[in-house]
Amino acid sequence: MSAAEDTLERQDQLQGIGCSRKRKEDPRFIQGKGNYVDDVKLPGMLCGAIVRSPFAHAKIVSINKEKALALPGVHAVITADDLKPLGLHWMPTLAGDTQAVLADEKVAFQQQEVAMVVADDRYIAADGAELVEVEYEVLPALVDPHKAMDDDAPIIRDDLVGKDEAGQGKRTHNNHIFTWDVGDKDATDRAFDNAEVTVREEILNPRVHPSPLETCGCVASFDKINGALTVYITSQAPHIVRTVITLLSGIAESKVRVISPDIGGGFGNKVGVYPGYVVAIVSSIVLGRPVKWIESRIDNISTTAFARDYHGIGELAADKNGVIKALRFSALADHGAFNAHAQPTKWPAGLFSICTGSYDIPVAYARVDGVYTNKAPGGVAYRCSFRVTEAVYLIERMIDVLAQKLDIDKAEIRRRNFIKAEQFPYQSALGWEYDSGNYLPALEKVLEACDYEGLRKEQAEKRAKGELMGIGLCTFTEIVGAGPSKACDVLGVGMFDSCEIRVHPTGSAIARMGTITQGQGHQTTYAQIIASELGLSSDDIQIEEGDTDTAPYGLGTYGSRSTPVGGAATAMAARTIRAKAQKIAAHLLEVSPDDVEWDVDRFQVKGNPDAVKTMKEVAWAAYNNVPEGMEMGLETVNYYDPPNFTYPFGIYLCVVDIDRHTGETSIRRFYALDDCGNRINPMIIEGQIHGGLNEAFAVAMGQLISFDEDGNLQGNSLMDYFIPTFVETPHWETDYTVTPSPHHPLGAKGVAESPHVGGIPCFSNAVIDAFAHKGVTHVNMPHTAFNVWKTIHQLGLDN
Amino acid sequence: MAKTQLSFNLNGQDVDVLVEPRELLIHVLREQLMQTGAHIGCETSHCGACTVDINGQSVKSCTFLAVQAQGAEVMTVEGLASGGELHPLQAAFMEEHGLQCGFCTPGMLMRGYRFLQENPNPSEDDIRQGMAGNLCRCTGYQNIIKSIQKAAADINAADNA
Repeated sequence: MSAAEDTLERQDQLQGIGCSRKRKEDPRFIQGKGNYVDDVKLPGMLCGAIVRSPFAHAKIVSINKEKALALPGVHAVITADDLKPLGLHWMPTLAGDTQAVLADEKVAFQQQEVAMVVADDRYIAADGAELVEVEYEVLPALVDPHKAMDDDAPIIRDDLVGKDEAGQGKRTHNNHIFTWDVGDKDATDRAFDNAEVTVREEILNPRVHPSPLETCGCVASFDKINGALTVYITSQAPHIVRTVITLLSGIAESKVRVISPDIGGGFGNKVGVYPGYVVAIVSSIVLGRPVKWIESRIDNISTTAFARDYHGIGELAADKNGVIKALRFSALADHGAFNAHAQPTKWPAGLFSICTGSYDIPVAYARVDGVYTNKAPGGVAYRCSFRVTEAVYLIERMIDVLAQKLDIDKAEIRRRNFIKAEQFPYQSALGWEYDSGNYLPALEKVLEACDYEGLRKEQAEKRAKGELMGIGLCTFTEIVGAGPSKACDVLGVGMFDSCEIRVHPTGSAIARMGTITQGQGHQTTYAQIIASELGLSSDDIQIEEGDTDTAPYGLGTYGSRSTPVGGAATAMAARTIRAKAQKIAAHLLEVSPDDVEWDVDRFQVKGNPDAVKTMKEVAWAAYNNVPEGMEMGLETVNYYDPPNFTYPFGIYLCVVDIDRHTGETSIRRFYALDDCGNRINPMIIEGQIHGGLNEAFAVAMGQLISFDEDGNLQGNSLMDYFIPTFVETPHWETDYTVTPSPHHPLGAKGVAESPHVGGIPCFSNAVIDAFAHKGVTHVNMPHTAFNVWKTIHQLGLDN
Repeated sequence: MAKTQLSFNLNGQDVDVLVEPRELLIHVLREQLMQTGAHIGCETSHCGACTVDINGQSVKSCTFLAVQAQGAEVMTVEGLASGGELHPLQAAFMEEHGLQCGFCTPGMLMRGYRFLQENPNPSEDDIRQGMAGNLCRCTGYQNIIKSIQKAAADINAADNA
């Protein structure tokens, strides 16, 4: 065997970075041995069921618990009045607002939490909830955010009357939460005044819900003897939950243990702290027994964290050649009854300012106004970084609108506006420094793979015959990996992440991170990183996350931050270990550390391939034979504060055929090229892209949380709320380019949210492109058959 | 509430439990018999995470009264592997990356197990139709389809060997 073959074989044996090794988490899941929160069963455990408001807006006149308390098996009925003496009837939100844990004198959205019945089992708890008698005095409901700041609008938040701020700066109306803006308004206005061409469009990102297949829930268990609290919880951010519990309860953080077990999908739904968790914890403390609270699907869709509800206005100014000169975007953000937007503290509109997208736009201005309405609280990032879907949707729609106005091909207008490869690192007009990108070759690759010119010819022929065919392009840039602590914190905690690695004497290792997998395959991917960095097989590297007693503090998994931040911490921790290992190896080989070099899984004396010590040999020596003055052991912890965000990008193309009689849209082709920098496990990346595209398909084509004028939620089970099945889900084609991040230790960028962010506008662009020749520039999502038929019918195309 | 004696066969073993007439099979399986593989995702028969096999049929156990299983042969994902060997479907899901968070997986496997007996040589479209009662939020279905195709090929190859 040649030296090169030997090196390759040793690399293959590691199953490290770049290989599509099978997932380490799969054996338990395929055998029914996952451990999700509802699988947790503790001795003496009780169950909680929540009594919810049937009205969107009402005063609570009285609550009568007597019948419920009389039911055998019911242990407690808890209301706001019970929480008041503890100061726990309201709780802080991630957005600087407060939220009623249980309704305090009034309800402000339908299905709001009014009381919790705690009983021996879930059946008795549900019976008890039926027996709680609540008398309401119904108030007028505010549903339309555009009417929120009318003079005569009903006041949603009596607790804030007379207060000129709600945690995010000045407010000007009782239903106003914040105004946030960024960019050079005057220069932007001047550019619009002087522009050869301007376009403007009102564009809605409707209210939707992430709906992971597992709903939210927890099991709270308070140990009265030791004053210690353990909470099993479906949380994407267990460490922050622990801090919040301490801040709310006063229990020392060292006596609070939060465990995120296996999580059945998160997609942003499991970032926040919800009333059910708080009441379950209080119940357990009061009753001295473990209390489980698990949402029903209806609870989940109705109450725990919607996404979007961004009512945008997009404007572009350009020259006659379609070169964009300025961008002016605004949005009215409906945050519901409490501002429970999931965000880094200082970002009331999240990272919306990424809205200049992949284009070199000299001047821009963006503004978002947040308002209260009588709807469930939230504003979470549904499979995206904070408000990035809303931003990307606006720019990717608007560039199509501009192309249509100027009659320029939709691929060509992107070529004319792309940030060029030589401009990176690129400073955007709204303040971001894009780390790396190479958009044009990726676009050309996709256009060629799909025969874009041929598709446009076919479309022209079909249009001549009265048939509807659309071609959608989306050339997006994401911003993920929150984030640098100088810019990002959650409740004052910087958004670093962490990894602790311990290498055992016989050369296997355990590593723990502050992130938490929800299907992304962390147990595999992180093991691959360590395998390549330390030269140990990924089979022998155990990854643990989610237990705050054992894992180092981290901010969790959302906003595609695991690989950009947690993955970087993992690489840096491994490198610290390797640096120590190098000194031990040199000691064993009786040379200076500068005289040994790393070779896949071993240290070798430079120029002497026979003088080697493998990492396994070094690991053994770390526990019995280290250089004089060195501590024994081979372990470290790294807290990684990223110098910047990462900026993955993608080029997507979608072809649709629309039935002009039924409005049904058939997705003929969806081609997704993603560039997430260096790729750790291509199999997992492809799987993430499939899933993200499917969630994009769901949002673009069918998902909608809608209300009638009284604030009644119109459909909150899977009977009504659209989750694509096998039947309607399209076939996905994937492709990639690699443009490494220059500041990430592995050159990686994060990927799982790109397909959702880029996929939604791509579907919309395809559907709307089918009507472009009829002068249609925009139609709001979701593009259900009925909605598309309405467009067809208005245009008279069904005759 | 008065309880009823319920006896059935679960994964090859006879079991006897006391249940309320209103109790759903999923709760009895998960909370009394501690077979937590089948999951609750929607409680309305839409998502299929609770799918088990009863007397040779796929059943969504979240809307099936436990007492309806009196005397039945019930199989859950815990009974799919035998003799220390994974079922070809389980192996194929791992091989083709047919799962991510794992929550829908037991239901997918149990529906796939019955589906491949109903149709041992399915086309992609057959799989899309035959599996349509099981939802997945993570995978976009494509790799589940590949998993079922691989399992079908592996089962057929073993049968012909």
